[in-house]
Amino acid sequence: MAIGYYPGCALHGSSNDYEQSVRACLKVLGAELKELDDWICCGATAAHSLNEKLSVALPARNLALAERDGLDELLAPCPMCSMELMKAAKEIAADNRLRDEMASIVELPVTGRTKILNLIQLLERFDLKPSKPLDGIIAACYYGCLLTRPAGIVNFDDPEAPSSMETIVARLGAKTVSWNYRTECCGAGKTLCDEDTVLELSHKILTDARRHGANCLVVACPMCHVNLDMKQAAAGRRYGVDHDLPVYYLSDLVGMAMGLAPEELGVDRHFVVRLHHG
Amino acid sequence: MARIGVFVCWCGENIARTVDVAQVAEQAARIPGVRCSLHYKYMCSDPGQAMVREKIAGERLTGVVVASCSPHMHLKTFRRAAAAAGLNPYLVELANIREQCSWVHHDRAAATAKALDIIRMTVEKCKRNHALEPIRVPVTRRALVIGGGVAGIQAALDIADAGYEVVLVEKEPSIGGKMAGLSETFPTLDCSQCILTPRMVEAGQHPRIKLHTYSEVESVDGFVGNFTVTIRNKARYVDIDKCTGCGECWNVCPWKKIPSEFDYGTGFRRAIYIPFPQAVPARPVIDKNHCVKLLKGACGLCAKKCPRDAIRFDDTDRIVEERVGAIVVATGYSLYSIGKEQADPKYRGYGEYGYGAFKDVIDGLQFERLVSASGPTAGELKRPSDGKTPKSVVFISCVGSRDNAKGISYCSKICCMYIAKHTMLYRHKVHDGEAHVFYMDIRAGGKSYDEFVRRAIEQDGAKYHRGRVSKIVEQDGKLIVRGADTLSGTPLTIEADMVVLATAMRPAPGIESLAQKLNIGYDEHGFLLESHPKLRPVETNTAGVFICGAAHGPKDIPESVAQASAAASKVAVLFANQELSREPEIAYINEQTCAACYACYRACPYHAIEKVQLKHKRAARVNPGLCMGCGTCVAVCPSKSADIEGFTEQQIYSMVEALA
Repeated sequence: MAIGYYPGCALHGSSNDYEQSVRACLKVLGAELKELDDWICCGATAAHSLNEKLSVALPARNLALAERDGLDELLAPCPMCSMELMKAAKEIAADNRLRDEMASIVELPVTGRTKILNLIQLLERFDLKPSKPLDGIIAACYYGCLLTRPAGIVNFDDPEAPSSMETIVARLGAKTVSWNYRTECCGAGKTLCDEDTVLELSHKILTDARRHGANCLVVACPMCHVNLDMKQAAAGRRYGVDHDLPVYYLSDLVGMAMGLAPEELGVDRHFVVRLHHG
Repeated sequence: MARIGVFVCWCGENIARTVDVAQVAEQAARIPGVRCSLHYKYMCSDPGQAMVREKIAGERLTGVVVASCSPHMHLKTFRRAAAAAGLNPYLVELANIREQCSWVHHDRAAATAKALDIIRMTVEKCKRNHALEPIRVPVTRRALVIGGGVAGIQAALDIADAGYEVVLVEKEPSIGGKMAGLSETFPTLDCSQCILTPRMVEAGQHPRIKLHTYSEVESVDGFVGNFTVTIRNKARYVDIDKCTGCGECWNVCPWKKIPSEFDYGTGFRRAIYIPFPQAVPARPVIDKNHCVKLLKGACGLCAKKCPRDAIRFDDTDRIVEERVGAIVVATGYSLYSIGKEQADPKYRGYGEYGYGAFKDVIDGLQFERLVSASGPTAGELKRPSDGKTPKSVVFISCVGSRDNAKGISYCSKICCMYIAKHTMLYRHKVHDGEAHVFYMDIRAGGKSYDEFVRRAIEQDGAKYHRGRVSKIVEQDGKLIVRGADTLSGTPLTIEADMVVLATAMRPAPGIESLAQKLNIGYDEHGFLLESHPKLRPVETNTAGVFICGAAHGPKDIPESVAQASAAASKVAVLFANQELSREPEIAYINEQTCAACYACYRACPYHAIEKVQLKHKRAARVNPGLCMGCGTCVAVCPSKSADIEGFTEQQIYSMVEALA
């Protein structure tokens, strides 16, 4: 099966370990990724906080490219990208005038018919039969802000009490914990301009996961990974604790359960590395 | 030869301003078959009606066309006038030249021409009328009340006290409904059971009320005055005539930990049980899903212990038939459940409040049981998780209500009041406890209602915060409630021992299928529809079926009781006559040309078509008690055998031809 792939800026930059993980994981599952040719930035927080039209036009260009290339479905592993693409697709599909306006701005016809998937939505489709079940892993699944929200746009799982990631992780033979901070914010892009806030939020998330008996966190977002993995040491220093909690991408766990070595998934490039497996 | 009189009304200025009434009357006189044509300033006034009566007698008219307002307004007026003058009232027609002409046009010449066209059409229709007589239907003067909560009890008692028999059907083992489980009631804080149980006993002992508890309505046939209702008496496994309610059986039953429905899971019951001590009838039932004798054949202790030999393990559901003339629906409400069990995904939501995951997050009805003297803790407030007295309780309003994203757009109306009551009851029981309320608006419209809320805040010290709660998490035995105080514009976190959610009111489960059996309407939320929101608030669009209480929409006790009495009085009005009179403008089927295809049978929205076997063929026949004269059968009949009295296809063709 071939599926459209929109990496977004993060996966080609600071979080290229996530891209390595996603690509390796889907390869072992037998899915072929067709990267969108000539894709551009989705606009992320910058666009929608500055200019409403720009925040539709940037994803619209990518949607138009997908339609041009006949890609009915597009995987965007970064939840910010997937949410912006879903939002633009929904608005364009519902409003003929906006559709025409966008077509003239992005210089390509666009209807908003492309189905956008985040990583969980794609992985849910596979009949996961682990060749190396992940016993020993007790995962705190962390959704953050955007994987299930805003409810009307993402339309996936319960936005406030989700369970889809736990379902996948459990199928890999790992245990999951129920904990309090699954859908709280990690501070996201504030990591660049307001590190204090990010360290406080990350510390709370890591502490609560530990308190509920987890020995690792699982995420499906590059920004969450940055704040919980790369900043973990800083958060620990600030609050005088050693969290020592590895943070996996969901694709890492799927890949390892399917028999891939952690290095093939880029797990060795994480900041907190304490391998449970492999 | 027809002798039609045309009477053109000015309606003061309403018609005469735009339509040249004198010219219309003059030209109408020239329509073939018109004997006389007059105009007058107010045709509906006494002198106007006198004019009509005089002309009917003087000109020996065979039909009357009044060109005036909508037939909804004055058709009955002129029919009465005609009848007084000896003309069959169904030979009178109204030509609407007000709503459909003068009010919607400005051009006087064009409006005048149109008014004349309307009259010309109506005259042609009038010529083809023939005398009709009202349909008379006998009435069974006996009522069915569905639902034995406070509304159903009130309706049943009122009808019975008016002298008519009542059949009261309740699906639970006892009547009493939600009110029987409440602690105290706003705005007077009188004990709910103390005021309700005497009414329950009265209903249970009334010589004209027949109770069917633990029963449900299976099907409803017939029509106003003549309903046949089948009722399923669910197997109780106890002979309620032999049983004295002594309690030996449930005291000996070894299965003690079954969550009690009456306590909403906050307490327990046995496998043989009465829901609460004041139950009416005070007779137990056996829960067949938990009784080991029924499940596996073991035990049977209750039967051994019963001094009256009243236990019947071989009991089965029984179907009984009751004949009634009117039906009152009072099936009440249920609470929006924010657990994961919502069957309809439209209503799913509020996972962030942890209901179902955190034991100390409960709903309003559960709180009622925890503070009720008859509740599982005998009125002492203990939280479900560890039995400790909560020192801080957060009450959250509008959980579900007024939230389109959760599928519920309406206000549940009673929550603002019962939250205020809950804070008071809590503070009266736990003097050093803190009661916090998160609210969107306080809606306390009602007699002594706003004063009650002020009392909760000012005298009993409830702390009200205007804002929503975004998340509840559990930490070290506390519930951390994070919300916003939007008046001060600050986030607010409260460490609570217990959280009470004022979840939205929804109609009782199964309301849609009951409404379909009764052929009455319901809205997108399942609440039953009244016939007119102002003027026919307890009637439905099916004659003889009335509604009251929370089945119709969120409602508190006083309002439910008032509406129940209103429904009962409508039933009494219906029963005041031995027979009913209905308008005769209904469908009829020419059985000779009918091909018995039964397209009409399937199309009829009122189930008014019957299949009949004639001597040599089969045919369709209209039940005049049920037909509402909508004409759907006429439209679908392929052999043109169906028609409407007083509105035949021939009449409609002649009206169209009059325009050509």
